[in-house]
Amino acid sequence: MNLFNYSYEDTFVHRLSGLSKLLCFMALTGVVMYIYDIRIFLIILIFSFSVMKAARIRIRDLKIIFIYVGTFFIINAVLSFIFAPNFGPETYGSYTLWFPIVGKYNMTYEQAFYQISKIFKYSSVVPLGVIFLFTTDPSEFASSLNAVFVPYKISYAVSLTLRHFPDIQKEYSDISKAQQARGLDISRKTSFWHRFKNAAATMIPLIFSSLDRIDVITNAMHLRGFSKHKTRTWYSRRKLKKEDFIALSVSFGITAAAIYTAVFINHGRFYNPFSPG
Amino acid sequence: MGKTPIIEFDNFSFKYFAQSRPTLRNINLRIYPGEKILIVGPSGSGKSTMGNCLNGLIPFSYNGEIEGSLTINGTVAKDAGIFELSKIIGTVMQDSDAQFVGLSVAEDIAFSMENDCVPQENMISRVNDVAGLVGVQKLLRQSPHELSGGQKQRTSLAGILVDDVEILLFDEPLANLDPETGKYAIELIDRIHHEKRIGDDDSDADNKRKTTIIIEHRIEDVLHREVDRIILIDEGRIVADLNAHEMLSSGHLLEHGLREPLYITALKYAGVNITAGMKPGYFSTTDFSDVKNHVLHWYESVPVKTHAESENEVLRISNLDFEYFRGQPVLRNINMSVKEGEMLSIVGTNGAGKSTLAKLICRFENHSPETVYFNGKDVFDQSISERASFVGYVMQNPNQMITQTQIYDEIASGLRLRKVPSNEIEARVDRVLDICGLSRFKKWPISALSYGQKKRVTIASILILDPRVLILDEPTAGQDYRHYTDIMQFLERINSLGVTIIMITHDMHLMLEYTRRSVVVHDGMIVRDTDSSEVLTEPEIISMASLKETSLFHLANEVGIENPKNFVDRFLDYEAGLKNESI
Repeated sequence: MNLFNYSYEDTFVHRLSGLSKLLCFMALTGVVMYIYDIRIFLIILIFSFSVMKAARIRIRDLKIIFIYVGTFFIINAVLSFIFAPNFGPETYGSYTLWFPIVGKYNMTYEQAFYQISKIFKYSSVVPLGVIFLFTTDPSEFASSLNAVFVPYKISYAVSLTLRHFPDIQKEYSDISKAQQARGLDISRKTSFWHRFKNAAATMIPLIFSSLDRIDVITNAMHLRGFSKHKTRTWYSRRKLKKEDFIALSVSFGITAAAIYTAVFINHGRFYNPFSPG
Repeated sequence: MGKTPIIEFDNFSFKYFAQSRPTLRNINLRIYPGEKILIVGPSGSGKSTMGNCLNGLIPFSYNGEIEGSLTINGTVAKDAGIFELSKIIGTVMQDSDAQFVGLSVAEDIAFSMENDCVPQENMISRVNDVAGLVGVQKLLRQSPHELSGGQKQRTSLAGILVDDVEILLFDEPLANLDPETGKYAIELIDRIHHEKRIGDDDSDADNKRKTTIIIEHRIEDVLHREVDRIILIDEGRIVADLNAHEMLSSGHLLEHGLREPLYITALKYAGVNITAGMKPGYFSTTDFSDVKNHVLHWYESVPVKTHAESENEVLRISNLDFEYFRGQPVLRNINMSVKEGEMLSIVGTNGAGKSTLAKLICRFENHSPETVYFNGKDVFDQSISERASFVGYVMQNPNQMITQTQIYDEIASGLRLRKVPSNEIEARVDRVLDICGLSRFKKWPISALSYGQKKRVTIASILILDPRVLILDEPTAGQDYRHYTDIMQFLERINSLGVTIIMITHDMHLMLEYTRRSVVVHDGMIVRDTDSSEVLTEPEIISMASLKETSLFHLANEVGIENPKNFVDRFLDYEAGLKNESI
């Protein structure tokens, strides 16, 4: 029901400081973005799913996220094939026909491998994001962003957005129901354009009430000295402990190994099983 | 008092840039250290603007022209800036929910220290001290949003007490609280007013009282505890500056559209001439000894009325259960029956399930078959919009419902979406505009309307579908007496046209004066379904639903009437009679 579903549980992952979780997340995501090696994606995928298990995040709570991500994968896969059916062969420097489809569209082993790798690439990042969002106390979230040199005003804005998201979701649902009662149809029975227009009509009251909400909270914050100085301290910031250093070493270890593989074994971003050498 | 004032308004005027006329005019007011001041006034009188001038939101967030001067603790307010002022004067705003910034209670209390770059160790000990002072030390790790209304108030108070401010400013502290929590809030404010500062062990406690300013229009509730002076503001000017006894015997409050405490109203009905000598400022100080007979006499002279009830059952709920998550029931075994033309209240604490009940009736949530009946017919298979032709739901805040820019379009929207021919639409809109007293606004944009008028537009946009039942969520929340009376008389008129009205409310005056019947929901169950006057005179139900005894109940006891409910009923009948005469 809720995308940002932080709830405290006493697990190793929850006990880690927000800062170390953010750093691990950034390191692993960064390296996954950079390289293109299905073996490493698989290792990170297994790693992140086991961390998810350790954090007692249940797969069924993630149903919506999986549906969104899955839809995105499918659309992405279809579109990248339509627009660049030969990206795989060009990248890997060989062309091995698997089966023809229509016209100039042929499926090659290279293209299939490229696209499957891509799916694994994104799949290995999603659980990392989930872990970070589900196990990090939103207030620590702000202090962690601030610790990696994001200005504190921006950090706070991000964290407040996450905080108020559930309220806004609930309000949207109420407003939308009230509009449906007046006869607004946003069900699948009407055309897409109609649904879009009707959903937009629901947004207007939501935007105004959110603006009111923002007005109240900024006043409250200013009245208590927010933005007075260039820096601020954080009540809930945690000092890094032994566990944090373990987590950081493991993540940076994986990152370093991945970079090593790319530079010294693959000699480039791409792992190329098709190359003759 | 020979002391120097801590706050001094000297010929102070303020005009918002966006407005043509000044909101505050020639204010002259001195407040001395340690005083407790209540500022009252109808909506738009300028009382909140005065608060914003004090705490620095004017000119920091809202700019305008300032004339004259305002000095706070020796510094000129407009030169000081919001941050310097926030160290002298701490503000608790209404709607504590919206202003929590910390995820945990502790973090929220520490917020101001974080902004002052206080080191973490110092914050932790200071937070513990302050939390102890207001009694939230056991809640430090909880999220502020999970707290009860009273705990929220404590937390927001702690958040400003960490700064050891000289002055506390409460801007409508009761606005979103149920009556019982409001009572505790007033007691807490009073206690903090008397409290010595933390770490200050000097004996001279009297001089160390915190100057306290409360801006509120719920006067009877604030006067649960003593205040030094009441300042009445209307149209930007100070109209009266008196102590509570003088103010309540003066009649100024009614003249300026504010509600007097109910026991004062009852005494007036009984023909008592209220003088300052009776000490009528607080119920507990009022001297009733000379007026007992007056009241008894009046009580006996009011004829007992019987109220006819319609036999047509317009809505029935039977054996309704509901849960959002498995194993966490929100409503359990709800049974109720509503007769045609009734006007009734659903009351109970936040989270008791009142709103969920209303939403189920309108099918905003799904329920099982054979639980909701309209005119005796099971409506399980009707969709939201089908049900809307029978029962209309009006949300609390009109801004949550308005989607069009023109009044006409907003009201017509429900019919247009139902594809009603446009000539028929115009005729129906005209009729509804007439019922709602909005005819002259037919061609106006909605943005030109006041809050109360917008409320009417939203009600009109529901009435256009010709529903038999109207459900309203807190129809008068945040409204002063004048606007409250306006909205309620409007609803009574709709009711007299045959529309059944159900209101979800915290407002005890509304329950008493406008709805004869109240349904009390507690913990997902209906615990009482009876006359409002009975609900408000029964201590057990009162505490369950977080209500408060009406002062009429105490007055009845004071003058020795055995059955307080009868007294309340006659008061209401008498009042209804007066209203009918005036119409």
